[in-house]
Amino acid sequence: MSDKLNFHFDVDGENFVSAGQASVQVKKNLRELGLPPEVIRRVSIAMYEGEINMVIHANGGFADVDVYEDKIVITLDDKGPGIKDIALAMQEGYSTASDQVRSLGFGAGMGLPNMKRYTDDMQIDTRVGVGTKITMTIRL
Amino acid sequence: MTVKELLDRHGFTALSLPDPDREVSGCYIGDLLSWVMGRAGSDNVWLTIMTNINTVAVASLTDVALVLLTENVQPEPEILAAAKAKGVNVASTEKPTFEAAVLLRDDV
Repeated sequence: MSDKLNFHFDVDGENFVSAGQASVQVKKNLRELGLPPEVIRRVSIAMYEGEINMVIHANGGFADVDVYEDKIVITLDDKGPGIKDIALAMQEGYSTASDQVRSLGFGAGMGLPNMKRYTDDMQIDTRVGVGTKITMTIRL
Repeated sequence: MTVKELLDRHGFTALSLPDPDREVSGCYIGDLLSWVMGRAGSDNVWLTIMTNINTVAVASLTDVALVLLTENVQPEPEILAAAKAKGVNVASTEKPTFEAAVLLRDDV
């Protein structure tokens, strides 16, 4: 497999009910490819956290999962408000989510830390007022 | 022990049981979904009072063996339909979370 396989998703910014659909679909796709369960778990959790972040903070965006021979790369791209202080956002427990979001069980301030925890590499490219692009790599 | 055996032993009520023969191993307790995402393990029994649609997604993605809803909380029918569609086992008990966890102590 020299070429990559790409799965592309539009993440709906308004909808908490459908949030997670892309992650569940990716989980299914990776299972069909016969990848190890622990890899599938890591990819789908990291992606779900990213999806939820885009719904909570950025009014949606795009998610791409690229499967290579030796790695999986997840790219999350939004035109949201950007992250003012990345170090603060990476702290477990820090969140700017609303009470409504918290009542749904989110906003624990674990999203970005979980994404880092479950991937081998995470790059955050963010500009306030422009958007955020997060690239996560999981090595196979 | 399988999910079905666990439910029978303790009298928990099955609400969605697409995978009754799944083996359980370990337990995680929590209601903050991201916290659970970061810490629950595959095959765990997950004890929670959170019953919105995202509970099902988190259960599916973390690959827990069973969601055990405590304190007699009851999910909406569409939540259970989603659980069945995604292959997520869900059961309920009237017991508070601590008491339910104590019951499970020697089984998981």
